[in-house]
Amino acid sequence: MSDDTTATQGAVQPVPEDAPERAAGQAMERAKERPKPAKPKASKTSKKKAAGPKKAAGPKKAAAATTPAATTSTSSASTATGARKTAAAARPARGAFAAGAARASGERRRRSGTPLLPSEPVEVSAARRLAMLEGAPVVGAPAELAAGETPADLTPTESTVAADGRADTTDVTDSSTSEAAPASDAGEVSADASATDEPAPAPRRRPTRASMRARRTAEGEPTRLRAVPSVPDDTPASDPAMAGSARPARPSRPARPPRSAISANRAARHTADGAGSGTTPSDSILGDILTDAEVTPSAETGGWEHSLTSGLQSRAERLVGAVLEAAEFSSEARPGPAELVDLAVNVLRAAATSAGLPAEEVERQVADALAYLRRRLTGDYVVDEFGFDEDYTVNVHLPLLRPFYQKWFRVEVRGIENIPSVGGALVVGNHSGTIAMDSLMTQVAVYDEHPEHRHLRMLGADLVFQMPFVGTMARRSGSTLAANTDAERLLRKGELVGVWPEGFKGVGKPFSERYKLQRFGRGGFVSAALRAGVPIVPVSIVGAEEIYPILGNMPTVARLLGLPYAPITPTFPLLGPLGMVPLPSKWLIEFGPPIETTSFGPDAADDPMLVFDLTDQVRETIQQTLYSLLMQRKSVFL
Amino acid sequence: MANVVLVTGVSRYLGGLYARRLSHDPSIERILGVDVVPPRHSIGRAEFVRADIRNPMIGRIMSQAGVDTVVHMNVIATPKDMGGRVTQKEINVIGTMQLLAACQKSESVSRLVVKSSAAVYGSSPKDPAMFSEDMSPKSLPRTGFGKDSVEVEGYVRGFSRRRPDVEITMLRLANVVGPTIHTSITDYFSLPIVPIPLGFDARFQLVHEDDAIAAMMLATTGPAVGIVNVAGDGFVTVTQCTALARRPVFPVPLSSGSLLGAIVKRSGLADFSTDQLTLLAFGRGLDTTRMRTVLGFEPQYTSRSAFEDFARHLRPAVPGVDGVGDAVSDAAGGTAAAIARVFDRIQP
Repeated sequence: MSDDTTATQGAVQPVPEDAPERAAGQAMERAKERPKPAKPKASKTSKKKAAGPKKAAGPKKAAAATTPAATTSTSSASTATGARKTAAAARPARGAFAAGAARASGERRRRSGTPLLPSEPVEVSAARRLAMLEGAPVVGAPAELAAGETPADLTPTESTVAADGRADTTDVTDSSTSEAAPASDAGEVSADASATDEPAPAPRRRPTRASMRARRTAEGEPTRLRAVPSVPDDTPASDPAMAGSARPARPSRPARPPRSAISANRAARHTADGAGSGTTPSDSILGDILTDAEVTPSAETGGWEHSLTSGLQSRAERLVGAVLEAAEFSSEARPGPAELVDLAVNVLRAAATSAGLPAEEVERQVADALAYLRRRLTGDYVVDEFGFDEDYTVNVHLPLLRPFYQKWFRVEVRGIENIPSVGGALVVGNHSGTIAMDSLMTQVAVYDEHPEHRHLRMLGADLVFQMPFVGTMARRSGSTLAANTDAERLLRKGELVGVWPEGFKGVGKPFSERYKLQRFGRGGFVSAALRAGVPIVPVSIVGAEEIYPILGNMPTVARLLGLPYAPITPTFPLLGPLGMVPLPSKWLIEFGPPIETTSFGPDAADDPMLVFDLTDQVRETIQQTLYSLLMQRKSVFL
Repeated sequence: MANVVLVTGVSRYLGGLYARRLSHDPSIERILGVDVVPPRHSIGRAEFVRADIRNPMIGRIMSQAGVDTVVHMNVIATPKDMGGRVTQKEINVIGTMQLLAACQKSESVSRLVVKSSAAVYGSSPKDPAMFSEDMSPKSLPRTGFGKDSVEVEGYVRGFSRRRPDVEITMLRLANVVGPTIHTSITDYFSLPIVPIPLGFDARFQLVHEDDAIAAMMLATTGPAVGIVNVAGDGFVTVTQCTALARRPVFPVPLSSGSLLGAIVKRSGLADFSTDQLTLLAFGRGLDTTRMRTVLGFEPQYTSRSAFEDFARHLRPAVPGVDGVGDAVSDAAGGTAAAIARVFDRIQP
């Protein structure tokens, strides 16, 4: 018989019997079970792998940029410099047109970069300096450069530049010389990379960068600008000081990506600024003009005709350059994530500053929120066996409740030291207020006020877990079913468990019975504490009774909806959804001294008399504390 | 000690895997694999016997071969493979009855290993966070696989009363996932758009197919341990799984879930029965203390890593979705670059 069967088997399946290797068998199975052969799958994965690095780099960069840690700033900066490097390498030398465009965009970019740091030295363009010299009113003090300067503000500057053809020609000739060295950008990149601990494009470190450039020009390109060699002796001294004073509060700002080649004439100007920043402004301006004069003798000799034609020419060149630049930019089509993040951060900071909020704080919060979103979208979080999701609780649940806790109910907490720092404890409280707002506020109180920031794991009725959204929120925030098994499991794990033994009887009692404790369940919480050997911490909550005073009940509606009660409050059915806004009563939460249960031993849980006694003791403690708190309370709402 | 092992359901994936794994054990003299259809995969050195466990012939095979260990792996969770719910119930319930009847008659059988399921605990909002083996479900599963499992366990209990000399091990496995196995849960998370119950995000445990087989092996060769829950460490939630599987979700009100389930079932994409819906809404947790202390089994995969192993082998929801993603990010990048330019121009 067995021969028969093996024969059948052999006939049916082509797999050799002496090939018991699991991997091979599985591969065959897969090949047979799935209609599609395994090969395309493999090729697919390989393709994916091939495409991997490019794709993998993206999210990583974005992720790195969104987290505010100090390490991130370096990494994002380094990625940005990487992007810069490639951009610089890809950019061909193009001549005066591109240089003009570069100059135009560099100017704009520099100024769009400065605004958010009002106290920093803002360099003034040559034309503006000229205007200053001539006594013309300078529009936009450095602080106002922040958000105040409008495009309209830009036009006078440009027009002065255009009118004063001499300065402009200087610029053009300058930059045309600078274009001879596209590799100098790479040099700049490395310089940037070495300075990653500073916020890369911040105006603060401009002098630093300029000084580096100056040093380099001093070494390698001596023919460029005569004003430069005078600089290095004082900038290196100011360099570390600058680095030290770099704002520490801007860690997460990624390095600004490079735009079109930042021309060397700008660097020259930086060096001039770096030199002049220590001295009086008029000095630097004079020096600048002198430089211009020295570099362009031809402009002076040519007379006004020449200056006019050159001015027109430069204008045309700039226009064409802008077009060229635009074309170049759109052909790039895909700026790195770092660039996008940088842009977003800039917008955000501008918005925050104009709204009068601290930009760093807003930036950090947004970064945190984005990081949280990313963890949600990638499933990168952990839930425990009760469904508790700490990431959600800390980042969503508690922040949502905190406005109520701090602003609306102005909760005052006493006796938080009665909650142990480690180990299990059972927090038992009075329940009131139509919906279980008091338990949520106690949860916030324990997390915010306790030095260990412990999570209160609450026990809820099964009705809570039946309801969509509510049940999910409850489980995620650490609640679980009010059953002895769950309570003991939590307590044995050393968690802080909160229980409101009155249940719906307490929450749904009429306003006339406020602060009168209802029956404390069947004492199940006491037996759970006895079995686990943990202390019971009574908590008395004053103020929750007044948030929705129950004047009446609608039993028919409650039956229809399957709820334990359907309350009528002074505002609720009357004002519709507006009536669901709780009244802003002033709350007091007092944690009483813990009641030890270890001395009774775990067997005491089976002694009903002892359990009842302890239940009564806890209940009486809470009732007495409630009375004393009510005596101390000056007013319901203040 | 197991010498001659009879395995039911070898033509199914887990059964075949188990037979292959058992073939590596030299202490086992002979392995008989029983199923109604011939296996399409290797079953190692197991001898395939084409027999229906719903048929009394199984008793003759047992006595002829002198089977001392019966491993019952033929409780089917996926009805669409077997021709619908009616066949599934027939195989699960009637098959188990016949098999146990044969075991009861047999002189040689000294051990019975049953692959049961955590579905016997049902799933409801009144459930405790963790079910230990001695707990009874708060709401008995009334349909489908869960109900079958409860009935199978009932027959096994009856058998243990009538044959107290036979050692019984029953493993209640959490949902099994893995790169190659097809179960209702893998079908569900393979859907191009995953319908989830609106407002619920259940937590549940998973067990990797390798771990499931390893646990079955231990139950066959190790000491008899009675009923043991088997699940990977840790929990995952439905939305977490969809995130890991890179699937978009489509929230559906739970009340209309059965309607949607019927549609999905008709379309043949996934089995979406009521007990599975409640699992997706309320979740379930198994206490695996006995798995560690009594069975002495330590799973290799956590629930999460088991699912990740499954998700790694999952095709994208739409073929070429990665290419679409690249195109979209290209377009978005271009747009953002344009915006950046505009922003640069308007802000002096």
